[in-house]
Parts: sequence; structure tokens; C-alpha cells
Amino acid sequence: MTLALVALLPLFGAALPVWLGRAGRDRAAWYAASVAVGALVLLVRQAGPVWEGSVVRASWAWVPAIGWNASFMLDGLGLMFASLILGIGALIVLYARNYLPTTDNLGRFYTYLLLFMGAMVGVVLADNLLMLVVFWELTSISSFLLIGYTTSAPEGREGARMALAVTGAGGLALLAGAIVLGNIAGTYELSEILASRELVLASPLATTAMVLILLGAFTKSAQFPFHFWLPHAMAAPTPVSAYLHSATMVKAGVFLLARMSPVFAGTEAWLWWVGGAGLATITLAAYWALFKHDLKGLLAYSTISHLGLITLLFGIGSPLAAVAGVFHILNHCAFKAALFMTAGIVDHEAGTRDIRLLGGLRRTMPVTATLAVIAAAAMAGVPPLNGFLSKEILFEEALHVQAAGVPGFVIPAIVVFAALLSVTYSIRFARDTFFGAEPESFPGHPHEPPRGLRLPVEILVVVCIAVGLMPGLISEPMVLTAAAAVSPEPLPSYHIALWHGLNEPLLMSVIALLGGAALYSMRGALVKAHRAALPRIAAKALYERGLAAVFAMSAGFTRALQNGSLQRYVAFLLGTAVVLGASPFLREGLPGLGPNRTPFDTPSFVAWTLLVVTALGTAIFHRRRLIALALLSTVGLVVTLGFVHFSAPDLALTQISVEVVTIVLILMALHLLPERTPAESSGSRRGRDIVLAALAGVGVTGITWAVLTRPLQTIADYYLANSVPGGGGHNVVNVILVDFRGFDTYGEITVLGIAGLGIYALVDGLGVGHLFPDRSELQDEDQHPLILGVIARLILPFALLVSVFLFLRGHNAPGGGFIAALVTSVALIVQYVAFGVGWTHRRLPRDFHPMIGAGLLIAGFTGLGSLWFGAPFLTSSFGHFHLPVVGDFELATASLFDLGVYFAVIGAVMLTLSNLAKLGMREALLAKARQHAAQETSEIDAQQALEDASFDYGEEV
Amino acid sequence: MELLFASGIGTLVAAGVYLLLRARTFPVVLGLALLSYAVNFFIFAMGRLRTGLAPIVRDGVHEYPDPIPQALVLTAIVIGFAMTAFVLILALRANFDLGNDHVDGRVPEGDA
Repeated sequence: MTLALVALLPLFGAALPVWLGRAGRDRAAWYAASVAVGALVLLVRQAGPVWEGSVVRASWAWVPAIGWNASFMLDGLGLMFASLILGIGALIVLYARNYLPTTDNLGRFYTYLLLFMGAMVGVVLADNLLMLVVFWELTSISSFLLIGYTTSAPEGREGARMALAVTGAGGLALLAGAIVLGNIAGTYELSEILASRELVLASPLATTAMVLILLGAFTKSAQFPFHFWLPHAMAAPTPVSAYLHSATMVKAGVFLLARMSPVFAGTEAWLWWVGGAGLATITLAAYWALFKHDLKGLLAYSTISHLGLITLLFGIGSPLAAVAGVFHILNHCAFKAALFMTAGIVDHEAGTRDIRLLGGLRRTMPVTATLAVIAAAAMAGVPPLNGFLSKEILFEEALHVQAAGVPGFVIPAIVVFAALLSVTYSIRFARDTFFGAEPESFPGHPHEPPRGLRLPVEILVVVCIAVGLMPGLISEPMVLTAAAAVSPEPLPSYHIALWHGLNEPLLMSVIALLGGAALYSMRGALVKAHRAALPRIAAKALYERGLAAVFAMSAGFTRALQNGSLQRYVAFLLGTAVVLGASPFLREGLPGLGPNRTPFDTPSFVAWTLLVVTALGTAIFHRRRLIALALLSTVGLVVTLGFVHFSAPDLALTQISVEVVTIVLILMALHLLPERTPAESSGSRRGRDIVLAALAGVGVTGITWAVLTRPLQTIADYYLANSVPGGGGHNVVNVILVDFRGFDTYGEITVLGIAGLGIYALVDGLGVGHLFPDRSELQDEDQHPLILGVIARLILPFALLVSVFLFLRGHNAPGGGFIAALVTSVALIVQYVAFGVGWTHRRLPRDFHPMIGAGLLIAGFTGLGSLWFGAPFLTSSFGHFHLPVVGDFELATASLFDLGVYFAVIGAVMLTLSNLAKLGMREALLAKARQHAAQETSEIDAQQALEDASFDYGEEV
Repeated sequence: MELLFASGIGTLVAAGVYLLLRARTFPVVLGLALLSYAVNFFIFAMGRLRTGLAPIVRDGVHEYPDPIPQALVLTAIVIGFAMTAFVLILALRANFDLGNDHVDGRVPEGDA
């Protein structure tokens, strides 16, 4: 379990430095360093079995249902990378402490750095492929933050965006590749995938998976043609460049190649894709590096070139190539991090990184100069340094590559040429900076850097020398263990040595060294030739053009679809629904119909005719709104009759009462809306809509008909059988609502309450919250029919009685909380209709929110009550009781729940209606105010009068 | 009878869809109401059409209509009311704030 901690320690530790930074930069630095070292110690303590060739694993169930685990594994490759990431990370912490300006408290920097460190360790230790992708994305994001760390610099932001766009796109390809690969192998566990090479390669999708994964690796490792983001990422602070762009993040790509080697290496496709990308990258990047004037730019291109070299080695795929690849990763980390740090020191002390402005620095900073020369020599592959050793193995392997159709000398020649260029730019880096004539003045005052800035470089340079002199002692165990995890075949017995005798690789090395030096001496002519002859491959311009095209495309797409017309959206939505709904039938043919089960009868036909006529009438006469509403209410009545006829008494009761409330509500709203809809749709628009409507209607008719004539397989038997013994009620619909599916109902009344509150908020936004007249002459001016008033008063108690009756019997006969609440609401609404808003408002609760809340609380506490008795939420219980006069009766806790439903529904309905009434009152007040202000013509005065009027009525607030 | 019922639902859908595509808020509210009827009927129909029964358990009665769609539709009717009410108030608010009842909040010129 400690294994996961290696990755999680920096990840979770990343939260702290932001706070520690406030207490001083040193505290943050010590903390960050101790996290890195702590994780490294944890790692080393885990590593024992790895040296003997076994794999340490740690795994937790993640989504057990589909066999996903959150699993980590530590093998040789992971061990080497994790050690590099944590070890160099600790050095970077130290370097950054001395490099970044003292005005920066470093809290934010170390947070990003640790986040990145944890993500990187996660990538190299993940066993689950999807988890690897997640960590991979996390490195993209954290590196984005690090590259753009100096937020004031526009080139930093631009570089960060470019890096994120390119590596993020690669990350998506990697995700797709991981899913394809996981599907082929039947598992996402890397350790299992790596062991199933035959299975994977046998699949027709193997190449697809491979190419997608390679896209991820190539973008991350800046391989041609995705190389262009790396030089732009050099806008990052130098510690970031040294860490991300030499040692770690760009190595994630080659790590992935190494990881996937056991599965794909040795296949023709792998050799062409990986080897090809590697070869192209080595030469092109090395060539470009010759002409860079920025020290970091030169190093960036040389990094790309060396990554190409490693890619090529993994592409070759032989055991020794794996050894060389792994070995070169180690060596490159050491000398390139040292060189980046040196470039940072030069920048820091001399004030510029432009090679043209530098020179002769060995006089003012001799120690740094020595370190830089050694590191650059390692990069050039000068014996006896570490870079020489890995380059020798590369030459050896290049001689033996067999690629169909490529003459044997081509690949070694290209490799030697690239090595030659590498020698040239190494000399250029060292000589143009530290030797030659000193310029007249530097932007800064060159001097030896402080100890803390140089110490990490010293450590790395010592590593370069020691590895070169004693490869067998220092690096061989690590390299061979890691290479064993990479190579698809077992490693032959091999020893890394400085001297392999006079052989071809040595000859190639000599050619490269001498040729490189010669090329350097002719650099003047070279620059001229470069300027004159070669067209610039402006990858950045291509990227920007591509980006602009993507933006333009999405903008055009958005403009085409999102033109602000709701009608168009709805038409698209419905059209899509029709097409998607119809497509299976077009493919599979129409479904067969069963026999009609229910006999035809005349009353039904009459009702059907009425339904069709009124429904179509609503649509046809929709411009005359009152008529349309009357027709709509008739549709509702027919629907109610339908429920009555087809054995659903509860639904009929609900529908009829909802119908009344809805129609009243719409009538009240109609009072505030235009009476008519203007005829503004064009004929073609109407035609389109009619076609769409007809298609939808025909489709729904067909589907409904097909379902209705099929045999029924229902789960209702359970409810019917358990309603009385389990729920204590004979009305199964009600028992389902308040008992079996009580939790659903609880959710539904909550939604109802929220809708009511939403309506309240909408109306309140109009500034009518205080319009509660106590003595509303306004409303009393209206004439209310006397007979209706008398009847309404008479009806109210009876209606309430009926609602109580419906509520009480609801558990056993049609009725229940919903219906009783609606009947109560209807009774109250009748009072509104008969006596007007003002009169009714004076006699009703001021607002209905508490009633919604009370209803929800009653229902909720009823549910919680069952917890008290140790039963799950909303378990109901019931018993039989005897009262002297009433007799035997049954009482269920579900009735209490139903009471909650009752209050919540009344609250929501009445809240809606009273708010609508308030709106109406606002209109009336506004009209009255306008009358008052009739003499004064301006609208402003009318507004003023409105405010006065409101004020008159607002005394109570 | 099944065809009658199905075509009834289809008519409701057709009228509802047509109204949903209108340019003013009020017809859209009516369209939503019609679609609600249709959807409720459709869900209800999943229990098939039975006449002369009731989902009330009684001794000696062995045939019942399917109570599950009924329970679903009962709450759907009430929620449908809440939705209609909300859209209606939204339409009113839009009319107050924007000075017109076009669904886009502004009356397009020329184009219809």
C-alpha cells in the first residue's frame, strides 16, 4: 500500500506550500524538498523485490462491477523513472529556491511542482491503463500551470496554451487508444496487457490502438511533426524547463513507448511508425538547434533530437536497443538538466541568454564554465562521459536494423549525421558562451552564482562523469532491470563498458566528433547556406492557422445552429427525435401488430371524435386565445373520461381537479397577456411545422398501437399481492405512492415545492412582493355576481369536507393526499373567482411557503420515524384500532406521509395562484396609476404614481 | 379500440407539437399542456386498456388493472401542472420585462 503513497504523497502534499509560502519561501522550499525526498525513500524501500526481477503491485477495487481496479505496479522501468522524477525533483526544488526572484514566496510554484511530480510518478507507477491516462492528463494540466507560471509574460501564456493544446490533444488520442487496447485485451491492467502480446497482435484493431497510443507519446515527447510546442514552452522559468523539458514530462512520451514495447515492439508497423518518427526528429531537430540563438531554444531543439534518438531505439525494439534507450534516458536526464540549469545561471548572472551577446564567461565564472563544458561534452558523446556510452550502443544497434526496402547503410548514416550535428551544437553552446572574446558589456554583471544555484549542477555533472567512468558499478543494475521490463525478449547477458575494443561504433563516434568540430568551424558559411537555401518549416504558423480554422469552424457551426430562435431549436429537437425514432423501423421493418383486445363501443367513439376535434381545434384556433383555452379544457375533460373508462378512478379524480386549477391559472394569465396571437408565420414555416407535427403524431400512434396490442408482462402482481398485507391499504395506486415508492413521491412533492418557489421568485423579481392591500378598494370596484358568491360560500365547507373524506379513505378507495389537496385548492380558488383577489387575500394565509415546508417536513419526519424503530427510511407500519362510536378502523403511518403530500401540494398550488393574483394586481395598480397621471403625460410620472400607489398599500411591510 | 386510443394520443401529440413550434409564448404553453395529456395517456397505456375494473384490492376479485402506470401517471399529472404553471409565469415575466410575448424575447423584423 505504501506504493500508492509514493504518488499520492506529492499529489496531496501539493495542497500545503500555498499556505507555507506565506510563512516564508524557505519554509515552502524545505517542505517541498522533504516531500520529494520522503517519496523517494518510500520508493526505495519498496524496491527490494524489483532488483530480483519481480513486480510489486498494490491494488484496490475501483469499479468492481466491471473489473476495474485502482492499481499501481513497480517494475524496473517504473523504478528508474520514479527515482529520476523524485531525485531530480528534489534538486529542482533547491535550484528554484535560489533562481526565482526573492519577491516570490514560491508557495504557488511549489504547489504546481509537487502536483506535477505526483502526476508524473502516477504515470510511471500506474498499473491500470485508464489511471495512467488520468495521471497523464494531470501532467498536461500541471505543466500548463508551470509553463505559464510568470503570468505577466504573454509568451509564457501563449507557450502554455500551445503545450496544453498539443499534449491535451495527444492525451485524447491516448485515451482512445487505451480504451481500444483495453477492449482487445479484455482488461485495463497493464501487467496483464503486457503479458498478452499474442492476443493483442492477433486483433485487427491492434494497429489502430498502437497508432492512437503513439500519438499520445509523440505529442508528449515533442516528436516530429508535433515538436513545435517545446521551444515555445521555453518561456517557462528555467527550473521548470530543466525539470519538465529535460528530465520528466517530455520523457513521459518515451516512457509510454517503453511501457508498450513488450506488446508492440518488433512488429513491422511499430518499427516504421516509431523508428520513422525517431529518425526524422533526430536529424531535423539537431539541424534546427544549430541556428538557435537562445541558449534555452538550442537546448530545447537538442532535447527534441535526443528524444528522437530514444524513440528510434525503442522503435528498433531489440533487447540491446532497449538497454541503450533506457540508458540514454538516464544520461540525458543528467546532462540536459545540468545544461538547462547552467543556461539559467548564465541568464541569471549575465542577464541574457542570447548566444550572440555572450562570450568569454570562463573568466568571470570559471567553475560554471567547467561544469558546462563537461555537460556539453556528455551531450556531444565525448568519451569517457556517460553520453558516449549510450551513443555507442545506439551506433551498434543502428548497424543491425533490418527494415524492408531500406538499404542497410541509410539508417547508420542518418544516425551518424545526427550525432555529428549534436557535436556541433554542443560546441556552439559551450564555446560561444564561455570562450572567445568577451563582449564590451553584458546586460548584467557576470559572476559565480550562489552555492545553492550551482550545487544541483555539480551533483549532476559528477553523475555524468561517474557513470562514464564506472558504468558497470553505478548504472548497470538499474539500466538492465529497467530494460528487462521494456524488451519483449529476454535480455542477453550484457555489460555496459567504456571500452568495447576497436570496432565500427567507435569509428562512427570518431567520424561524428571530428565532423562536428569541422562543421562548427564552417558555421559562418553554414548559416548563410541555411538562410539562402532551405525554406523554413513554420510549424508554429501551421499550428496557428489550424487553430484559427478550428475556431472559425466552431464559430460558424454555432452561428448556424444557435441563431437565437427558439422555434428553430425546437424544430431541430423534434426533427431529431422523429428521425432517431423512425430509424430503427426503417432498418428493421415495421413491428407486427397483435389482435385488438378491447371491444369497440360507441361512447368511446364519440369521446374520441370530441378529443380529436378539440385537440386539433386548439391548434387551429390558437390565435384566438380564449377559444383555444376553452377547447383545451374540453380536451382535459375527455382525458378525464378516458381515465374513468379505462379503470383508473384515482387518475380521473386527479385529472379533473388539476384541470380546474390549470384552466383557472391560464385564464388568470391570459388576463395579463395579449388576447390574440398575431399571424406572423410564413406559409412555408407553417407547412414545415404541420409536416413535423404529423410525423410525430403518426409515429406516436404507431408505437402506442404496437404496444397496446402486445401481451402484457407486468411486475404489478407483487404490488397487488402485497398491498394489503404489506402496506395495509386496499387502494394499490395509493399504497404504491405513499408506501412502496414513497421515496419517489417524496422527491416529487419536493420538485413541486421547488416549482412553487421558483414561481414566487419570478414574480417577486417584478417588485410586487409588498402588494398585499388590506383595504383594496381597487378589487371591490369590480362587480361580483351575487349568486356565484352565495354558492361559493356555501360550497366551501362542503368542499373541504369532501377533501377530508377523500384524504381519509385514500388508502383503501380512490382518493389520497394528492387528490384531497387539489380539491381543497379548487375550493379556495372558487373563492378567488367569486369574490376577487383582494377579498380572498385578506382571509387566507399571507404566503404559502411555510405550508410547503411543513408538508415536506411531515413527510420527511414520517420517513425518518421508521429509522427510530430500526427499519429503513420510509418503512410504513399500520395497525387496527377500535374507537367506541366509529368502530374498527385502520391507521397507517403512510397516512401521515400522505398528510405531508397533502400540505405540500396545497402549498405549491396556492403559492402559484396567489403570486399570479399579485401580478394581476400589479397590472391593475399600474392602470389606476396611469389614470391618475392622465393629465401629466409622461411615462415617468406614471411610474412615480405607481410607486406612490404601492407605497399606500405597502403599509404593513 | 386500441387503434382509436392510439390515434387519439397521436392527435394530441400532433396538435401539441404544432403549437410548440409557434412564435408566441401562449400557444407554446397550450402545446405543452396537450403534450402532457399525450404523455400521460401513453404511460398509462403501458398497462394496456382494461375496462370495468379498479385497482382496489377486494375479496373475491381476481382481475385488476395494472396499478404501476397509474401511480406513475398520478404524480406525472401533478408535476405536469407545476411545469405548466412555471412556464406560464415565465411567459408572463418575459412579457413584462421584454414588452412582447415572442418566444425569442424580441419580435423579428420582416422574417417570420
